[in-house]
Amino acid sequence: MSVETTNDSLTAARMAHAHPNPDAHDEEHNHGTRRSYLIGFALSVVLTAIPFWLVMADVIADTMVATIVIMAFGAVQIVVHMIYFLHMNTKSEGGWTMMAAIFTIIIIVIALSGSLWVMFHLNTNMMPGHIMNPADLL
Amino acid sequence: MSSQVQTADGEAPQFYELVPHHHAPHGSTQIGFWIYLMSDCLIFASLFAIYGVLGGNYAAGPSPQHLFDLKLVAMSTAALLLSSITYGFAMLDMEEGKQKGTIIWLIITGLLGAVFMGFTLYEFNHLIHEGAVPQRSAFLSAFFVLVGTHALHVAFGILWLVILLVQIGMKGLIPANKIRVQCLSMFWHFLDVIWIGVFTVVYLMGMLR
Repeated sequence: MSVETTNDSLTAARMAHAHPNPDAHDEEHNHGTRRSYLIGFALSVVLTAIPFWLVMADVIADTMVATIVIMAFGAVQIVVHMIYFLHMNTKSEGGWTMMAAIFTIIIIVIALSGSLWVMFHLNTNMMPGHIMNPADLL
Repeated sequence: MSSQVQTADGEAPQFYELVPHHHAPHGSTQIGFWIYLMSDCLIFASLFAIYGVLGGNYAAGPSPQHLFDLKLVAMSTAALLLSSITYGFAMLDMEEGKQKGTIIWLIITGLLGAVFMGFTLYEFNHLIHEGAVPQRSAFLSAFFVLVGTHALHVAFGILWLVILLVQIGMKGLIPANKIRVQCLSMFWHFLDVIWIGVFTVVYLMGMLR
């Protein structure tokens, strides 16, 4: 009798551990609809046209401001493409696509900002004008 | 109750998964391909970093304002953007099992990709004839490597698309082909994302420098 009980509890444990739906691994990717593709396309057309217009028509006089605005448009458009065309979300593949993307973004930010920062300072400090007193070098 | 449970006293019972844990035949392909795309992203990140550092070193050679034609860039961008939505339509038709529609949309996508490649090759040819060759300045080296790597990706994407069309023509929309179409879809949209970075950083910001 005791063996029966153990066996039953073991089966129960096994059932609990087993996947609730055997086919759960089959189709968990969502592919978007005609509507979501069209929304994504409309957004990306607008987000491409505006920065091109800004530069081609010389709308913003200040170069620095224009650069920041254009980069912001680019960043937003990248997010739009990620969501509407690459169908990124927190659920697909159990969240691992999102984890890989976040990891990649961190590496990209470190690589880009680090390179630009270091090389900018290297350039500035190597400028001949930066050496205040040439006698110091001797 | 056929299974025997033999548990020695004081020993923790071990559980084995006897019920087959079902995985689709290509269950891990998509995540694997995604990891590849992320690593490809890092290649482009380093090329962007190089361009960011060297993009202003003209070595008394031509600067972006002298070389780039934004109308041309706008047209190639339009071609690539359009190819993204046509690929989306191919995916939708594939989901509905329409083989003919899938093939037609994929062909249109490939043609738009070819138009993009045409613009890029025309631009490279034009630059080289003007003497703006990669060895002219650090800016041009960085430019040709970054834009060239992207163009090379598009070229291989088109090659992949042609092979995929042959495979669909031969075997139809079998599960293996569906997975391939989905992977190429990720690849294609990923190249679009990279192109957003390219036209923003290289062309638009180049004109502002």
